[in-house]
Amino acid sequence: MTLISTPVSLREGRGREQMNVVILGHVDHGKSTVVGRLLADTGSLPEGKLEQVRRTCQANAKPFEYAFLLDALKDEQSQGITIDTARCFFKTALRDYVIIDAPGHVEFLKNMVTGASRAEAALLVIDAKEGIQENSRRHGFMASMLGIRQLVVLVNKMDLVGWDQGVFRRVEAEYSAFLAEIAVRPEAFVPISALGGDNLASASEHLRWYPGLTVLQTIDRFEKQRPAEHQPFRMPVQAVYKFTESGDARRIVAGTVVAGSAQVGQTLVFHPSGKRTRLKSVEGFAEPARTSIGLGEATGVTLEQQVYVTPGEIACVEGEAPPEVGSFLRASVFWLGRKPLVQGKRYKLKLATAATTAFLRQVSRVVDASELSSTTTRSHVERHEVADCVFETVRPIAYDLAATQLDTGRFVIVDDYEIAGGGILLANPGEMRSLFDHSESEANAAPSARVSRGERLARLRQQPKLVVLTGPDRSSIEHIAARLERELFASGRFVYFVAPEQLRSGLEADLLAQPDVRRDEHLRRLGELARLFADAGCVLIAATESLDTAEARQLRRIAAPSEVLLVGLGDERIDEAELALSMERAEDPVAATRRIHGLLVEQRVLQDYEI
Amino acid sequence: MDRLRALEAQSVYILREAYRQLEHLAMLWSIGKDSTVLLWLAKKAFFGHVPFPLVHIDTSFKLPEMIAYRDRLAREWKLTMIVGQNTAALRENRSFPAGTLDRISCCRELKTEALRNTLSGEWPRLRLDHQTGQYVKDADARPYTGVIVGVRADEEGSRSKERYFSPRTRDNDWDVGDQPPEFWNQYKTDFAPGTHVRVHPLLDWTELAIWEYIELESIPVVDLYFDRGAGQRYRSLGCYPCTQPVESTARTVSDIVRELRTGKFVNIAERAGRAQDKDGGGTLEQLRRDGYM
Repeated sequence: MTLISTPVSLREGRGREQMNVVILGHVDHGKSTVVGRLLADTGSLPEGKLEQVRRTCQANAKPFEYAFLLDALKDEQSQGITIDTARCFFKTALRDYVIIDAPGHVEFLKNMVTGASRAEAALLVIDAKEGIQENSRRHGFMASMLGIRQLVVLVNKMDLVGWDQGVFRRVEAEYSAFLAEIAVRPEAFVPISALGGDNLASASEHLRWYPGLTVLQTIDRFEKQRPAEHQPFRMPVQAVYKFTESGDARRIVAGTVVAGSAQVGQTLVFHPSGKRTRLKSVEGFAEPARTSIGLGEATGVTLEQQVYVTPGEIACVEGEAPPEVGSFLRASVFWLGRKPLVQGKRYKLKLATAATTAFLRQVSRVVDASELSSTTTRSHVERHEVADCVFETVRPIAYDLAATQLDTGRFVIVDDYEIAGGGILLANPGEMRSLFDHSESEANAAPSARVSRGERLARLRQQPKLVVLTGPDRSSIEHIAARLERELFASGRFVYFVAPEQLRSGLEADLLAQPDVRRDEHLRRLGELARLFADAGCVLIAATESLDTAEARQLRRIAAPSEVLLVGLGDERIDEAELALSMERAEDPVAATRRIHGLLVEQRVLQDYEI
Repeated sequence: MDRLRALEAQSVYILREAYRQLEHLAMLWSIGKDSTVLLWLAKKAFFGHVPFPLVHIDTSFKLPEMIAYRDRLAREWKLTMIVGQNTAALRENRSFPAGTLDRISCCRELKTEALRNTLSGEWPRLRLDHQTGQYVKDADARPYTGVIVGVRADEEGSRSKERYFSPRTRDNDWDVGDQPPEFWNQYKTDFAPGTHVRVHPLLDWTELAIWEYIELESIPVVDLYFDRGAGQRYRSLGCYPCTQPVESTARTVSDIVRELRTGKFVNIAERAGRAQDKDGGGTLEQLRRDGYM
């Protein structure tokens, strides 16, 4: 037995519009009944289904409920509540609907968010007798945060309050006031009794005092959200494909256009790297050749020059408004995680196709989404709260403000493998003091009896330095690093090569189980190690596979005040400007070592140099 | 943007996200219309390529046309084709109706168990050798940590609660009461070691949308879906002992689209011809929790 199935949206075809509508509200206020009744009254149930459920109820001596039609899953039937989001289908003369039934229990807020985020409009059910409850408010708030612009409030169970207009008007006034505080204007309030079908598909005898539309009519008045035209082009890069092994030489930058459009020949700018080149061609499979890409398309392009573009960057069109780029973001955040959102903890922030490590830096206002009462003096955010926060990302990220561009203007936070919160971008707070700038305070705190930097320099005749060899060929860069160590040591220098394998088996052993943060943490630990070695006066040599520009800058920031000297061996991911020395990937190791050694002399890292 | 193109774009995005985020990825191909559309969407997503293996669980009771069609397309499209089977159960005659089991237990043995052990690599996987045209034992026995599946939310109750990215435990369990949140095109792509994920790019498609898309894109489908003269066709494909054709004279894809639009099947569930769905309330859901598709 399957309880619900078979879409009714089968009569007409492609031309018909489809709209997703979510049903929200406090537990037991009658969401599932509204949906069950809408399905029944629009003839959207499979033949015999209603009778079957009625019989089952009779057999079990239970009163029939429309909700049983929906609660298809066993543990929901036994508990009588919607745990997860269920989808069902019905149609009116106007269009097809997908109704998303979201759970009303606060423990299942993450499921409600999942369901509501797929919706273009919302019906929010309030029990006339019980009045506005915690989740009536919370769901209204969340719907607006999730970007749902159209909301109709159904005041249900009017039969239980004797169809009293006064009750309806009180709920209407009170809830309108609440919505006004979060700047939401509902489309309508409709008094109903879902159980009896009053004012759902047809006007009710009992509610003659209500002059407005039925629920079905208000649903048909929802507008399909039309994307604003002439938005600046945004295509978050999802991947760069090269299927060379299948004999395909194209290098395709793939992504979905979330705003605007772009034409072949236009110059694309990729943020945050700032790389630019012309759009050469639009690629596709089994589709006619085209010269432009537009809103909503999951597409791919080739570029005139082979600039190095990474997934997560946002492709924009030169001359149009660029996105914000920075390491700091101010956002309104709702938190779903079991553990609170706290400072000092490493989170993963995912924005469009980008992902980066992020830290919570500030909490300026915490709001209980069900009360709208706010607290200002807290440094963390609890589950089900909404807060204005500032995050710092480990690498700069490109984004828009939600007010101008929604798809690139919001992000999620991952905590412990799970999406634990969502954020709407409010502002770019500009540069702030970074978590990683800790050098000054430390230097000031050193006791004066310690050996100074100058004393060490005089003794060792060298400037401490971190020399990083980077390139795609790991064994080659490690080989050169080892040779360099040998050569400097032979000439009497205080030098040390910290090999990647040494880090992996020791200082970074714990990172094996954390693939997510491995790269960021590797750089942080290497930077910190460099600071200590520099303090000891040592020239530290490291070899790191393919650093990119943002990583190089991050490493410099962490290693400061120790200076970082970067040597690239055929690395296309890094800007030439970051490199003190740039060589071919296949550079002869003897020559490479000699050139690096020469550079160290030239830059007076090694002093009193005698050959 | 037109509704079918919007569904296509969403599925392509999900497929690309799966390929980008999940390490050992495979796609289940039941040979049916849905997973064949899925295969087509993969070619869309990856510009003509299918950069992961396709896995088919062969119960040995599949309609023979299905197997012929599978191997033809695998050769033509140069697919990495993997086949798994519960050979022990078949040898020991644990099946339905010829053997000792009822329908549901047969599904459990020949589909669920076979799938579980094929995905984990514990049972041998057979791979199509494109040189010889034969199936040979696949040397790669690493577990698939990401599995792309063509289920749709409108098929039956429990599927309407699926996520696009749906985590499974080591034992293939689906904890339907505690699923991860999913919003703003952000999916659960971070996993504790030992877990794996089912990816559902077709979740928002309907039966009609599938056929309209097949028509729009001229996707080749197995001809069991069409009336071949007997006034019957299959609406949903499975094992022949448990799958019944429906009365229909639709001979082409356009006929099927027209037939669905006229509402001929409006009040009959698509899987009505699949006998295992009917054996008791919630049974199919139990199978799904255990990893059934």
